[in-house]
Amino acid sequence: MQTITPIRINGQDRETSGGTLTAVLREMGFDPSRHGIAVARNGAVVPRQRWPETRVAEGDELDVIGAMQGG
Amino acid sequence: MAEAACPPLELAGRHFQSRLLLGTSRYPDPQTMLDALDASGAEIVTVSIRRIDLSGASGESILELLPLGRVALLPNTAGCQTARDAILTAQLAREALGTSWIKLEVIGDDRTLFPDVEHTLRAAEELIADDFDVFAYTNDDPVTCRKLAGMGCAAVMPLGAPIGSGAGLRNPYNLRIIRELIPDTPLIIDAGIGTASDAALAMELGADGVLLNTAVAEAERPVQMARAMRLAIEAGLLARSAGRIPERLYARASSPMAGLMGT
Repeated sequence: MQTITPIRINGQDRETSGGTLTAVLREMGFDPSRHGIAVARNGAVVPRQRWPETRVAEGDELDVIGAMQGG
Repeated sequence: MAEAACPPLELAGRHFQSRLLLGTSRYPDPQTMLDALDASGAEIVTVSIRRIDLSGASGESILELLPLGRVALLPNTAGCQTARDAILTAQLAREALGTSWIKLEVIGDDRTLFPDVEHTLRAAEELIADDFDVFAYTNDDPVTCRKLAGMGCAAVMPLGAPIGSGAGLRNPYNLRIIRELIPDTPLIIDAGIGTASDAALAMELGADGVLLNTAVAEAERPVQMARAMRLAIEAGLLARSAGRIPERLYARASSPMAGLMGT
């Protein structure tokens, strides 16, 4: 039976299959190899090299950010 | 000759020939932004850090657009209202872009976008302790600027007028005093520039550089305005180092009086 892990990502509630941060990012439609993005989990930066070993837990809040136009 | 009179600007251990820092927002289209960037001669551009659209509809990344071999990125914390949010944004920017540079901007009021000095000072201190090079956007308050310089900011960046207002330098006296109080820290006038004369005046008052965005991006002809800003900044810097004449209340004839007819 597949488990459902509800999380909040970029301010939106989503259901994921859980697992590692890399897997969840992929499931949410992000390319984890894409340059210029960074992820915070529950308000703390998770360095890219730790994405494959970081387990996403129920209720986690993820922020996936990138550079945009700015002044 | 111009090169000799315009020494490079040193920021966080790096040297730049241009003293214009350009924002990347609000241009009519990406090509105009790139053309304006060329015309401005800017070697440092600001970008914001934002959540990526989950639908994937955010389109082309600004990183793919910018000539990264030629310009340094200065990510900002624009829109943050607390030291905590600004610090997290800075840490994410460093992780995403591989730079320790951060334009620290903590907003205290939605309508004026005036900075929250208390949170700015707190965030600057924590970020410097965390090895960031902090470019601190702040009020034109000399004491705050001195505190930011004293804690080791890479640059202190008082506003000329509210962000995006184009109202020019509203308090040239303070800007002069700030220059005198922090002679050894790079001083960049950030925000409020409306047209070329504002940028020239900023340099004449003693600034080391000017950061602007809207004045170019929303000009009727952004590329032309970008060039105007470049020339104005160079002119202002040259004028300052040339040593201007003192102001007088009364006239002083330029032509000699000797040999004047009727005498």
